[in-house]
Amino acid sequence: MGNSTVFNIRGLNVYYGDFLAVKDVDMDIKKESVTALIGPSGCGKSTYLRCLNRMNDLIIGASVKGQVSFENRNIYDSNVDATEVRSRIGMVFQKPNPFPKSIYRNIAFGLKVNGFTGDMDEAVEKSLKQAALWDEVKDRLNDSAFTLSGGQQQRLCIARALAIQPEVILMDEPASALDPIATLAIEDLVRELKANYTIVIVTHNMQQAARVSDETAFFMVDEDRSGYLVEHDDTQKIFTNPTNQRTEEYITGRFS
Amino acid sequence: MNEYKPVANSINPNRKRRKIIGASVYCIFLISTLVGIVGLGVLIFDVLDKGIPWLNWQFLTDYPSRKPEEAGLYSALIGTIWLMFMTALLTVPIGVGAAIYLEEYAPRNLLTKAIEINVSNLAGVPSIVYGLLGMALFVYYLGSSEQFLGRTLLAGALTLALLVLPIVIMASREAIRAVPDSYRQGAYAMGADKWQVIKGVVLPSALPGILTGTILAMSRAIGEAAPVIAISALVYMTFIPAHPMERFTVLPIQIYNWVARPQEEFRGLAAAGIIVLLAILLTMNAIAVVLRNKYQTRSEE
Amino acid sequence: MAQILDSRRKFWIRVEGSIVKWLFMACASVSILTTIGILVTLLYQGYGFFNEVSPWEFLTGTRWTPILKPRSYGVLPLVSGTLLVTVIAAMVALPVGLMTAIFLSEYAADNVRRIIKPILEILAGIPTVVYGYFALTFVTPLLQNIFNDLLVFNALSAGIVMGVMIIPMVSSLSEDAMISVPRNLREAAYALGATRYEVSLRVVVPAALSGIIAAFIIAISRAIGETMLVTIAAGATPRMALNPLEGVQTMTAYIVQLSLGEAPVGSLEYNTIFAVGLVLFCMTLLMNLLGFWIVRRFREAY
Repeated sequence: MGNSTVFNIRGLNVYYGDFLAVKDVDMDIKKESVTALIGPSGCGKSTYLRCLNRMNDLIIGASVKGQVSFENRNIYDSNVDATEVRSRIGMVFQKPNPFPKSIYRNIAFGLKVNGFTGDMDEAVEKSLKQAALWDEVKDRLNDSAFTLSGGQQQRLCIARALAIQPEVILMDEPASALDPIATLAIEDLVRELKANYTIVIVTHNMQQAARVSDETAFFMVDEDRSGYLVEHDDTQKIFTNPTNQRTEEYITGRFS
Repeated sequence: MNEYKPVANSINPNRKRRKIIGASVYCIFLISTLVGIVGLGVLIFDVLDKGIPWLNWQFLTDYPSRKPEEAGLYSALIGTIWLMFMTALLTVPIGVGAAIYLEEYAPRNLLTKAIEINVSNLAGVPSIVYGLLGMALFVYYLGSSEQFLGRTLLAGALTLALLVLPIVIMASREAIRAVPDSYRQGAYAMGADKWQVIKGVVLPSALPGILTGTILAMSRAIGEAAPVIAISALVYMTFIPAHPMERFTVLPIQIYNWVARPQEEFRGLAAAGIIVLLAILLTMNAIAVVLRNKYQTRSEE
Repeated sequence: MAQILDSRRKFWIRVEGSIVKWLFMACASVSILTTIGILVTLLYQGYGFFNEVSPWEFLTGTRWTPILKPRSYGVLPLVSGTLLVTVIAAMVALPVGLMTAIFLSEYAADNVRRIIKPILEILAGIPTVVYGYFALTFVTPLLQNIFNDLLVFNALSAGIVMGVMIIPMVSSLSEDAMISVPRNLREAAYALGATRYEVSLRVVVPAALSGIIAAFIIAISRAIGETMLVTIAAGATPRMALNPLEGVQTMTAYIVQLSLGEAPVGSLEYNTIFAVGLVLFCMTLLMNLLGFWIVRRFREAY
């Protein structure tokens, strides 16, 4: 751990029409570690996260310039299939968004779509176990996913992402809609998952960033409302001895 | 790119096949979307092709005739205009009144809910059923031996008024609902009572929406043949109605009359009649669209 | 003095307010009265009919010859004629309308949608007598090139044109249902590597299914009640046959045929149209209620 990188991002600019939403980001993201993206709202951290698996392709008017290399290949090259990128780089969203299907079929969906030919029951069980949800739902796999609590739904969404064995999981404020106990469960899960997965997590909550991440990237918004990367370093260093004064002001709560 | 992790060995995403399926599915969806559009295009082309040779000033100003070259739709055109204005006159006050009641006065109770469900169900009743109602109620019951109502314009207008009432009610409710609550509160704050608020603030703001809905409802009404046929029957009109208690015919019925004859010439007349009818409908729709757009941009300012 | 005038004015304002309230209530009750009027008319006149013809004979008889001797009052030929045309229309409109809706809601760019939707609205606004003309004078001759034994009046071309006619209804109601499927469900599926058609067919359509089925039911109910198109193009021969190449008579076409014939009021012939109207009304009402019920009952709580 610590020596190989998964993402090399160079000169990344994101536009919504004419508006520059994210400006000139360079960043390397390490394999099998947790990288937290923090910053005030509107600083483009979610937009930036969505560039890493080409989710911004789905927003009309959004365009991405620059390079996002995933395992040494630019995912924005014209010969790269966006669906392949997304099946190798999973995503968990701010609000739990299970499909209006049974728990079982929520997990099976991604597997079926991606042409899984193995033992479906086993794969579902394994993913639910990885997401620490198996014991709670094993007797009701055919119930609707909407019967679960918010925290359980979010862990189901994580299990759903894990099922297709991605290398990276992007998390966009995964706990912001949850109560404190459910939040802690998600945080425990994130720490466990980094043994096998690279995780990039956007969070509003600085304590959360400090608790779960190995590295932290701090984003700010400039006078044109464009987001930019201020500082990216080990979490420990960001929270104790940041290089940039703006980072320190944000960390110590002098503005938000 | 690198290998998947061990468990993923049994994953075979088959991207090439999915890409081909995706492209074919896209084509099928696109073609389906074009079915309606192409159908409309062919219909309009066919009608223009067969009808334009018959379309001239004389066609608009002549009465129907057994000789195709002398036939016109004057009486049907005037009948349609009569019927449209009378229907509007009957249905708009009632429709708007009902909408005001449902939006502004009605308590949230079972009766109100029943009225609402009833209105949306009435919109789904086949138009010929309204024709039966009109025939039994207005033509025969209220007009026995054609002394009072009979097969008159008024009976036709009453029937159509009931037919389009649900449309007017629903459109007016939407327009009233779109008036921001802040307008109402502003007026209440000046000490106005409910009716003053409705009269002074709600109705003027909702008026363009109500007007748009009314025009669309009227364009539905003048295209209807089935309920009117039950009222007027296939009458051979060689005069124009002078007042609401006379017999009448309308464009769709005249068109039906011509279509139903086997001779080629009458089909041409039917096509020409259709052009006139569609021209009127398109004009009304255009007015409605212009009104709606003007209204929308103003409320955004 | 001013005080007195003011309170007097206020009194009259209040009187006016309560008068208009009652007026508006009366307006709203007109819709209820219409429903009652329809029911009373159909039941009262139908009662006259069922006094002379048993409901059993009416509902199970397979011969409909109310005007010609020997008279027979079995409504099934009219029902089967109606259903034959409706089934053909549904076979056209349901798949095409649904796929149009998917295209508009999941594929089309905003500017494409802005062009296509008004065109479909025009399609929906064309009077049915025009569709009847089109079926009889254009589609039937066209189909006769393919099917040699296609009669001039036939269920096939009436059904096909009726299908085209109700496409906008199916597509706009289904599209409404699909658009209300929240964006984050689509994103979840895309994030799992699904392609656009997989997202459309495996996530959006299932999530909007209740609304889509309701759209289907409401459109079919519309087809059952459609009148002029079938009167013009499908013919006036009540028969049980299921051959779409021949003419049939629908319930609605029969009502038109008889109301043109000036049947004497109160006669058995006159009353037949109300009995047929009653069947028609019940069928469409049931389908509409079912459609609304499905929308209400299965509205997804995302």
